[in-house]
Amino acid sequence: MNHIKCECGHVNPEGTVLCEACGKPIAENQHIDGNDKKKLLNMRYEGSARRSTTYNKTIIDKIWNFFSSVKVGVWLIVLALIASGIGTIFPQEQYIPSDAISRDPQIFYPETYGIFGKIFYQLGFHNLYSSWWYLILIALIGVSLVVCSLDRFVPLYKALKRQKPKRHETFINRQRFYSETDHVSSEDLNTVKERLLQQRYKITEEDGHIVAEKGRFSRWGPYVNHIGLIIILIAALLRITPFMYLNEYLWVREGEVKVVPGTDGEYYIENKEFVLDTYAEDDERFKDAIAKQGRVIPSNFQTNAIIYQAEDQEVIGAETKLNKITDDEISMNHPVKFGGYTLYQQGYQLNEFSKMTFKIYEMNDPDADVLGEFTVDLFNPKTEYKLDNGFKVEVTEYYPDYIITEDGISSKTKDSNNPAFVFKLFPPNSEESEISFVGNVLGAVEGLGIDPTVVELQPMGNVIGSFAPSVDPTGENNYRILIDSIDFDRKSGLSVKRDRTLPLFIIGALIFMIGVVQGMYWQHRRIWIHPKKQGILLAGHTNKNWFGLKKDIEKAIENTPIQMVKDQNNE
Amino acid sequence: MESLLNTSSTMLFTAFILYLVATFIFSFTIKDKNKERKRTEFAGKLAITLTIIGFLSQLIYFITRWMASGHAPVSNMFEFVTFLGMCLVLAFIIIYFIYKLNVLGLFALPIAMIFIAYASIFPTEIAPLVPSLKSHWLYIHVTTVALGSGILFISFVAGLIYLIHGIDQSVRSARTISLEIVLYIIFLIIGFIVISSVFGAMHYNASFEYQSNGKTLQSEYHLPPIAAPHDGKLLTEDAMKPWFEVPTWMHGADAGKKFNTVIWSFLTGTVLYALVRLLCRKRIGAAIQPLLKNVKPDLVDEINYRSVAIGFPVFTLGGLIFASIWAQEAWGRFWGWDPKEVWALVTWFFYAAYLHLRLSRGWHGEKSAWLAVAGFGIILFNLIVVNLVLAGLHSYA
Repeated sequence: MNHIKCECGHVNPEGTVLCEACGKPIAENQHIDGNDKKKLLNMRYEGSARRSTTYNKTIIDKIWNFFSSVKVGVWLIVLALIASGIGTIFPQEQYIPSDAISRDPQIFYPETYGIFGKIFYQLGFHNLYSSWWYLILIALIGVSLVVCSLDRFVPLYKALKRQKPKRHETFINRQRFYSETDHVSSEDLNTVKERLLQQRYKITEEDGHIVAEKGRFSRWGPYVNHIGLIIILIAALLRITPFMYLNEYLWVREGEVKVVPGTDGEYYIENKEFVLDTYAEDDERFKDAIAKQGRVIPSNFQTNAIIYQAEDQEVIGAETKLNKITDDEISMNHPVKFGGYTLYQQGYQLNEFSKMTFKIYEMNDPDADVLGEFTVDLFNPKTEYKLDNGFKVEVTEYYPDYIITEDGISSKTKDSNNPAFVFKLFPPNSEESEISFVGNVLGAVEGLGIDPTVVELQPMGNVIGSFAPSVDPTGENNYRILIDSIDFDRKSGLSVKRDRTLPLFIIGALIFMIGVVQGMYWQHRRIWIHPKKQGILLAGHTNKNWFGLKKDIEKAIENTPIQMVKDQNNE
Repeated sequence: MESLLNTSSTMLFTAFILYLVATFIFSFTIKDKNKERKRTEFAGKLAITLTIIGFLSQLIYFITRWMASGHAPVSNMFEFVTFLGMCLVLAFIIIYFIYKLNVLGLFALPIAMIFIAYASIFPTEIAPLVPSLKSHWLYIHVTTVALGSGILFISFVAGLIYLIHGIDQSVRSARTISLEIVLYIIFLIIGFIVISSVFGAMHYNASFEYQSNGKTLQSEYHLPPIAAPHDGKLLTEDAMKPWFEVPTWMHGADAGKKFNTVIWSFLTGTVLYALVRLLCRKRIGAAIQPLLKNVKPDLVDEINYRSVAIGFPVFTLGGLIFASIWAQEAWGRFWGWDPKEVWALVTWFFYAAYLHLRLSRGWHGEKSAWLAVAGFGIILFNLIVVNLVLAGLHSYA
């Protein structure tokens, strides 16, 4: 390394633009910060020797220089900004609404948004934020953060530590704020010092040269906040591993005890009761808004749950012994926590069909004599039901979650949310059968103007079935099958999370906030007083808020013969 | 309860009027300074005093509405946008006391008034909170975001002043056209407010029935239907016959109605703009420019930068950090790439880029002013387009 010795005696590292001690411009390096073309000195990094502006030979130098450029950093930010925006043109795959034509992205995007939707899907924008190129973009920003910070922080720190009150005259007169005064008495100087002290400046003197400085720590703000951001990026990286981040979903019916998924069978949950509260339509405060919305608005939904921990099994196959560990109400904004896991109330289903009882009648029988009766357990439907009086019913089709679209009849999900059946009915001692379609109770319920997402259907379980259609597709049936009664379940949807990266995110965010406030709400201000003959040269520099520095100087030199500084930027 | 609500809306109206009067008085402060220095100073003091009284009455609106509804009034579009206007005024007051720049008020207050007027187009009834919003984080998160945005808006105000003052209006150029477009957009928003209020006062209504995703839906138009929903059937008898139907791909809920509103806003805004332009006989930017001849561009540029420097940390805290904490509390995931979240991140990226660009010399002054205008556009996009068009978890309007 070639060191540069300044006339003040200080030895500077190679690449220094302004002497670390006295600030004298080092002639051969002035092009680095563009000082050769300007009257004012570029004070951005105190003219310190940064690696990126000093070396540019090896491939490592080139890579380093690429990432240490603020311009490159800004470009990366702008690219990430544009990419992020593009991802919101259409919903991401996870946000395809539940009432969409299809939840299959290959169908959903072109069907809903036409040609643009098709392009969106084919470019993979429906999972943009987890695409390899988006992740690389974010990683590049991370690299840029580290390199930029290291490149500047170390030399800047050294330069500020080694600065001396005694500055070279060219350093003083090439500052943005500058003035010359021919005659200044020592009393006046003392007054100025006094006032600067009152304004909480730290004053250092050397042979009558004075530097008054405050808020130097704000110069570290950017580096502190970059450390915070790097911690956040590392946390995001760790979150990809299941050990650090676990996310499961579970449905649990009222009265049911279920193992909590993702806990390796260690924890169980019992849904004692599911509660849904809604706002009263005549609520004094909200009645206008409720009337305008024209529907029932939920005010709270919660699962009254017991959490059990399974005891270690000594004998394999023996019944698991469960010990109650907590008893809590899980609701929106009130999750329950146990053993590092958290359970969140996410969704609910008020009216899951659990059992349906059907009765068989003769077609057009005015007395409605029941010829037979059978009950289907919807979680475990059989393919055939033999009735006592000789009737036999075959289940040819079962749609647990019936929906009819342009493509015909299908089941939206595998859950029994809206069952529909195609039955084959064999009368006693007959090989001939007839076909009936029964189901779609929800369609009938909605037709009655009842919103099944907020109204419980169980109290209507014995009557509601009779509104559902029973279709005779051939028009030649002798019998018909009608729904007699329905049992409903209430089930609660809970998500299970374990996120060990949270503390890291919190620390990262905290450090970021400290850094950003430190850098933005304080400024590093310096005022130099440079004696010359009987008078002084006065100069000032700040990294931001020149208006504030100007007021400080005005206050300090008030009623003294010292000339107010001029803003040389305007000349 | 009723009386509380009455007090509340009266106070909001009072605040609006006070801002209007204060703007008027601020306009006296920008005249030639040398002759009437004392009068100018007095006008400045009077105007800022009125602004503060206006802010206090809006604060009373906020508190009484909170008392009446039992939750912080930031839970729907009317309440939030009103609050945003209030935060803009607060940010203006803070910046005013740092820099004592009167011309700032002349632009900041009308923009705050546009916010409040825009808010009043949305339903103003007190609405109940859905379970996910029932949390203290509602007001912690929303108020911090709004305050951060309000401070960032001041950078837009400063940027706009810088541009109107500095752009050479003697010849037509890309810059004069861009500035005119910015001003024209403001006219469009005013057009939307004016036309919606006019037909709102007449209780205009036309219902359409249309199909969406296999369901039959109804759309209530509050402006005469120029564009009908695709395959829509007009149910109201004496309503105007629509001129055309929106194309097939616009088939979201109320897509026809939204598009119709956009058409009306363009029509009204354009007519207003054309009228003002005819009266001035020059570009609007050129018409305002002489009023700003006493502006010191360096100071305005500094305010532009300072407001980003002050607003950025507040916005980060409210829009990203508090938002994440609440999302973690409510949904168990602090970040989910919901459109609103993404656009908060886009805003953050944008202002981060701005702050980094300020490190290089060439980006001060006019370029910074353009950036401030763009930043304002991004925040408004997140407020209006994301809420009303890109529906997500936050679409509460």
